[in-house]
Amino acid sequence: MEFQLTEDQRALQQAARKYAREVVRPKAAHYDETATFPRDLLATAFELGLLNMAAPTEYGGVGLSHLDQTIVAEELSWGCAGVATSIIANDLANLPIILHGSEDQKKRLLSHFAERLKFSSFCLTEPEAGSDVANMQTTARREGDEYVINGAKCFITNGGHAEQYTVFATVDKTKKHKGITCFVVEGRPKGLSVSKHENKMGQRASDTVSLTFEDVRVPVANRIGEEGQGFAIAMATLDNSRPLTAMFSVGIARAALEHSMEYASQRKTFGKPIIEHQAIQFMIADMAMNTHAARMLTYESAWLLDQGQRNTLQSSYAKSFAADMAMKVATDAVQVYGGYGYIKEYPVEKLMRDAKLIQVYEGTSQVQRLVIAKELFR
Amino acid sequence: MKILVTAKRVEDPESKIKVKPDGSGIVQEGLKYKINPFDEIGVEEGLRLVAKHQGEVVVVSIGGKEVQEQLRHALAMGAHRAVWVNHTGPLDQFGIAALLQKVTEKEKPDLVILGKQSIDDDQNQVGQYLAEFLGWGQATFASKVESMESEQEKNKVPAVTLTADGKAVRVIREVDNGLATLECQLPAVVTTDLRLNTPRYASLPGIMKAKSKPIEELTPEKLGVDVAPKIQIVKLSSPPARKAGIKVPDVATLVDKLRNEAKVV
Repeated sequence: MEFQLTEDQRALQQAARKYAREVVRPKAAHYDETATFPRDLLATAFELGLLNMAAPTEYGGVGLSHLDQTIVAEELSWGCAGVATSIIANDLANLPIILHGSEDQKKRLLSHFAERLKFSSFCLTEPEAGSDVANMQTTARREGDEYVINGAKCFITNGGHAEQYTVFATVDKTKKHKGITCFVVEGRPKGLSVSKHENKMGQRASDTVSLTFEDVRVPVANRIGEEGQGFAIAMATLDNSRPLTAMFSVGIARAALEHSMEYASQRKTFGKPIIEHQAIQFMIADMAMNTHAARMLTYESAWLLDQGQRNTLQSSYAKSFAADMAMKVATDAVQVYGGYGYIKEYPVEKLMRDAKLIQVYEGTSQVQRLVIAKELFR
Repeated sequence: MKILVTAKRVEDPESKIKVKPDGSGIVQEGLKYKINPFDEIGVEEGLRLVAKHQGEVVVVSIGGKEVQEQLRHALAMGAHRAVWVNHTGPLDQFGIAALLQKVTEKEKPDLVILGKQSIDDDQNQVGQYLAEFLGWGQATFASKVESMESEQEKNKVPAVTLTADGKAVRVIREVDNGLATLECQLPAVVTTDLRLNTPRYASLPGIMKAKSKPIEELTPEKLGVDVAPKIQIVKLSSPPARKAGIKVPDVATLVDKLRNEAKVV
């Protein structure tokens, strides 16, 4: 076993930390307040290669291992979880192509992301099908060399700015999850409409929209895998991305911990800095301990993927533990700050709002526990 | 053109630096390290010159195997290859400049760019010694502007440029009364000041590519340099802790204290 980052991993960590500290942090409050799209921050992220970490180098990506990606993800989320979510959205949307695309599809649908700043969106969730993916209502009907897609998708990250969409639709509703199929929609074809940006509680820098598909035509060449393979592709994608969302929690929690330590050393009550009160020490000790525990769980779940092993159980451990942990740690950070913690001029209430989303997206904390129980009794 | 740049490993200024109780050095445990910021500016300037005039940036560092981290950082920024002078143990500015002299004679660059000083011991000597040892011209404290409002900043005139015939380097230097512009025949030594440029970030693809760029290992023995220090550090000590201030009840007491205790009015 090796518990130390390699020299390369430290270099990646430093590069991501520098970006998070110098580029993201100074503008995080602004984008949180205005809920506008952080295009300038994402443009820098693109230049640094952060926007396409997962794709192999032969298709223009950086080709980072899963473990490397989680190391970077912690730093990004430490800067701002909303910006981190927007950064990772490209990799999430492109994972189905990376994992299951043909050679031709990888060349056509991945490589162009290296050329200029471009966004792609992962479109799985529907108003009636979130965790219950098998209840998917969006349909794909084959007509000659094309499929015709009809339906609605919601909570689509970067959807308002994307130029490529990875869409899941069913070719036969009666087949339930065995009818689900994965497609890549290029550009903004006729029939694809985008709603306004959702006014979210947290992670407000990340663009979130609903999409409507009305007779949107996709060439058969853009079907990823076979008909009916979409469910497996979606699950494999989420197995891959879960360590990253887990690590977003760690980034938020580390930010909350650092702010708390700094504030507790300065703020005085009863004639001494509050860090000298045992009640505060215990809270901060718990914050540090749980943050690190989540980091270790997440490293393991990413490491398993790099070894080519199934990580469903460990990545669900990591995602649910880390998300719940970040919620608790950020809430405690507000507590350490007292009344000031509740005020937007101070940085910790944002962390509490940002953390909440991780308990919800990419499989709620409850669904993760369902997965864990199912895996245990497999 | 070929440019040799330096990359010293220094303590990260964001780490907490503590002096050992016996004053023999600093506590290294738990410290973080980075490339000397002035050297990083030098790497950036080298990369910009080479982008304009073609050529190669070679980065050099002296130290144990840990300095490879700083070499990789420069390679990730875009330097083409690295030279590592493997040496552990104390070194003074004479030893460093002598080693760099040998590396320079081996590499035969058109230009050597160094940070004006390193932020650990703030000596500000190596660039000057190196130019003297080599018998080359030197332009120290290359800087960009007098103020952000200056015409130069507005026109973005680079502070380090080659003359039209490519045989000399023109350097804008920061001096006490403002800026001095001087021309130096190549080959030459330039040292960088803080306001010369803002170094680029190392990109993720840059970091991955740096892994396959070559690092050549040399030693003082191979270079034929005796690095026995001429200067010995006798003792390090922390600056004395500042005493807490006092509050005075009224202006009269303040004036009295300023006059009779501080003796400043």
